[in-house]
Amino acid sequence: MVGLDKVNDFVVKFANVNGTGSASANLLFTKSIFRMGLYVSPKNFFPSNIQGLPTWYEVRVNDKGYIGRRDGVDLMVAVNAQSLKADISEVKPGGYLLYDSSKMLYSEFIREDVNYIGVPLMEMCNKEFADPRQRLLFKNIMYVGALSALLDIEFAVLESLISEQFAGKEKLIAPNIKALKLGADYIKANYKYPLDIRVERRNLTDNLIMMEGNAACGLGAVYAGATFAAWYPITPSTSVVEGFMDYCAEFRNAPDGKKNYAIVQAEDELAAIGMAIGANWNGARAFTATSGPGLSLMNEFLGLAYYAEIPVVLVDVQRTGPSTGMPTRVQQSDVLMAAYASHGDTKHVLLFPSTPKECFEMTADAFDLAEQLQTPVLVMTDLDLGMNDHVCAPLEWDENRKFKRGKVLSAEDLDKLGSERYGRYLDVDKDGITYRTIPATHPTKGAFVTRGTSRDEYATYTEEGPPYERNMERLIRKFETAKSYVPGPQVYNHENQHDHGIIFYGTSTQSSEEAIDLLKQKGIYLDALRIKSFPFNETVEDFIAAHDKIFLVEQNRDAQLKSLMMIELGIPSKKIIPVLNYEGLPITADFVVKGVEKKLVKKRKKSNSIG
Amino acid sequence: MSYARPKFRHPQLPKNELGYTQDYYEGSISTLCAGCGHDSISAAIVQACFENNIEPHRVAKMSGIGCSSKTPAYFLSHSHGFNSVHGRMPSVATGANMANKGLVYLGVSGDGDTASIGMGQFVHAVRRNLNMVYIVMNNGCYGLTKGQDSATADKGSKNKAGNVNDFESINLASLALELGATFVAQSFSGDKTQLVPLIKAAMKHNGFAFLNVISPCVTFNNNVGSTKSYDFVREHQEATSTFDLVPHKTEITTKYDEGTTKSVVMHDGSLIQLHKLEEKWDPQNKLSAMTALENAKNKGEILTGLIYINEQSEDLHALLNTSDTPLNKLTQDVLCPGTEKLKEINKTLR
Repeated sequence: MVGLDKVNDFVVKFANVNGTGSASANLLFTKSIFRMGLYVSPKNFFPSNIQGLPTWYEVRVNDKGYIGRRDGVDLMVAVNAQSLKADISEVKPGGYLLYDSSKMLYSEFIREDVNYIGVPLMEMCNKEFADPRQRLLFKNIMYVGALSALLDIEFAVLESLISEQFAGKEKLIAPNIKALKLGADYIKANYKYPLDIRVERRNLTDNLIMMEGNAACGLGAVYAGATFAAWYPITPSTSVVEGFMDYCAEFRNAPDGKKNYAIVQAEDELAAIGMAIGANWNGARAFTATSGPGLSLMNEFLGLAYYAEIPVVLVDVQRTGPSTGMPTRVQQSDVLMAAYASHGDTKHVLLFPSTPKECFEMTADAFDLAEQLQTPVLVMTDLDLGMNDHVCAPLEWDENRKFKRGKVLSAEDLDKLGSERYGRYLDVDKDGITYRTIPATHPTKGAFVTRGTSRDEYATYTEEGPPYERNMERLIRKFETAKSYVPGPQVYNHENQHDHGIIFYGTSTQSSEEAIDLLKQKGIYLDALRIKSFPFNETVEDFIAAHDKIFLVEQNRDAQLKSLMMIELGIPSKKIIPVLNYEGLPITADFVVKGVEKKLVKKRKKSNSIG
Repeated sequence: MSYARPKFRHPQLPKNELGYTQDYYEGSISTLCAGCGHDSISAAIVQACFENNIEPHRVAKMSGIGCSSKTPAYFLSHSHGFNSVHGRMPSVATGANMANKGLVYLGVSGDGDTASIGMGQFVHAVRRNLNMVYIVMNNGCYGLTKGQDSATADKGSKNKAGNVNDFESINLASLALELGATFVAQSFSGDKTQLVPLIKAAMKHNGFAFLNVISPCVTFNNNVGSTKSYDFVREHQEATSTFDLVPHKTEITTKYDEGTTKSVVMHDGSLIQLHKLEEKWDPQNKLSAMTALENAKNKGEILTGLIYINEQSEDLHALLNTSDTPLNKLTQDVLCPGTEKLKEINKTLR
């Protein structure tokens, strides 16, 4: 049988039953390869369920720095009988299947072009461990041991990871090591090892970290000085606030044991954002986190915050919609709703992180931007970025960085006004951003009623047309100002060299970057731009103008960012060619390559027929 | 109706301990219908704040949407106010309260805003024992949309168009009690002698203080057959007690007959003095409070006055163990863990 012969370039997929403790064993596997200096990109494909249904964990291993998802499974660890048949069919010809040989594999599960590696996991576990819970858990650790022999993972690395994991619970170390050894020894006694797919130490990732985006958002909120979070549990955003909670528990204790933060689990998403808005109105940095259905519910309040000009930060971890959609699968399909959330004329500031490092930075930036611009800022992450571990550069925080609280008048500022009347919505600086006051700042000055109804420059209720119009025009002026506040796009080329460009954002980034390299090998050259925020600034406009065609990579059906560019920048529809992945799994470089090629070929055929 | 409030004030108007006269607590002129019960409640709020010696800027006025929710503009013009979204005042008040535990949160809502669209938020603010005063100006109808029945309209009550309400009404005081509200009172906009001390006591309560105030809608629900009309409420009001709030360290002068008097010490040391009119009722006993409400309902009466109080309760801040310094006063040096800590975090992410 033909082997694969791929050192440091393969995909291992684990087919597990959810609720059986496989997650920590699978993470151990991933971390061991990461510690050997290789790039890893783990992806969880999990059901909307707690126990008993199939769940998969896929790890791409690579030494070229590509961390996007890749199609095709080189080695399947198949330990779930329910999905076995489908799992076997997914293995690439010449690939491997590691299965539990405690029971015989029926002939219908045998593929001639796949190498079978049977390890009697259950049998060995039952023999070696008496405790029923341990029998279940160590089955997973045991297959990691088997993989260490098959893929040449350094055993010492696994050992040190186990000791770190169980620091403080030392008596758990020995049985874990024992399970690892049992797996490895079985392979060594019964199979030729290592396989032709295997790892070699490279030390490429020594200065990198591995983190889930949601935890990074939670930590970003801690660093930005958020003192209040209100939320309603919803996958895949739940771990944003849980991350905030954990880091607060570590860093936010007052000397007397009281807490320098508050977290309220709200009754629904309406209340969650209402609370965050109330706290910001009263001068605390506060946020909420949600996902598609929650964002739908928050629309009315987002309109209020936009119109009454109250800062608020919202982390939207996007998932597959519409409605409940596929709640545990990824998409970038809230973009349009987020940009224009609420009835009436509204536009919101959006940030698009693509790595955990950016989740950390952009969440922190969002608090500055929200207060500087006195408006909602939405951090548009997604399930892939939020709930999977991603390899990225270490988090950074400039020691000299100061919170930017924007135009807030202090008691002294109000005193300095003298007899001049304070106008909450008076555009003193002509940048659309007006001066706000926090309740209880001054005994006699600066009080006003915040409202969602129309008012004049002095916050006095009015139903007259002209003040309403002036206000709406100022809000647009403020949105123009926002262009110079938000992070600009990432430009990949110093100058635009090619006819065609490619634009992408968020978690489409890694696969798009890889696709650019793959396309180059095929003689297709593209200039590239990564969108990091909305509103779009001039660099985005210039990039689009400088190319005759733009490929726009997105993970939704309707090319939502394309719509946004057409509306906001007046780009003709034909100029932007969407490359759209929306099956719910993270986009791959192959998908982008095929998408671009298909459109180019079509175009060439067309021009040939004309010619 | 006049649209400009006269600026002249008598030079010898009485001042409170802070040196403010009562007019300092007023707001802009009301645009509600002449005779609206809500305006009387606004006036009662003004008087209560004046008599309680409250710094107006230490009050945050919170409301939702509706006639009642407009009123924060008509009292305490030196306080910040937030006229938010229909039915969502409790969440905005919760966030505001979390940000600064040092202010008085005065929420005003209506029966539509609380008992229908805002029911979800109302019940959860109650069960969290949010430290706020929550006043429902309850008129049993939707005023701004011209008189539709609300969820507090009594079964059998007739509206202006002559239609009889066939649905059970939601009794907000019973509901609040059931949900664990730690201060529950009912009153009538036309009974200022009772309403003012109730608001004063509610403001001193540490926890969720609920006041359901029947406030007739003169335009759409003041007709014969309505159970929320001035005439009906006057005839069917039955008080639990006469009620005094005695500030901390003040001599108690009112004397009642032995056995009918009850005193409750409030959070700040001030004293509630009750002269019970309703026998077998104990305001510190939830079961007895519920029975009193239910008995009144069965008799077709509206029980007013203090219904229930638990002055020992812990509010949301206490439950969450938040710092003594208000969260909005904490500075970057306390809040941001800094660069070195981040380096340590990075090390754990390998």
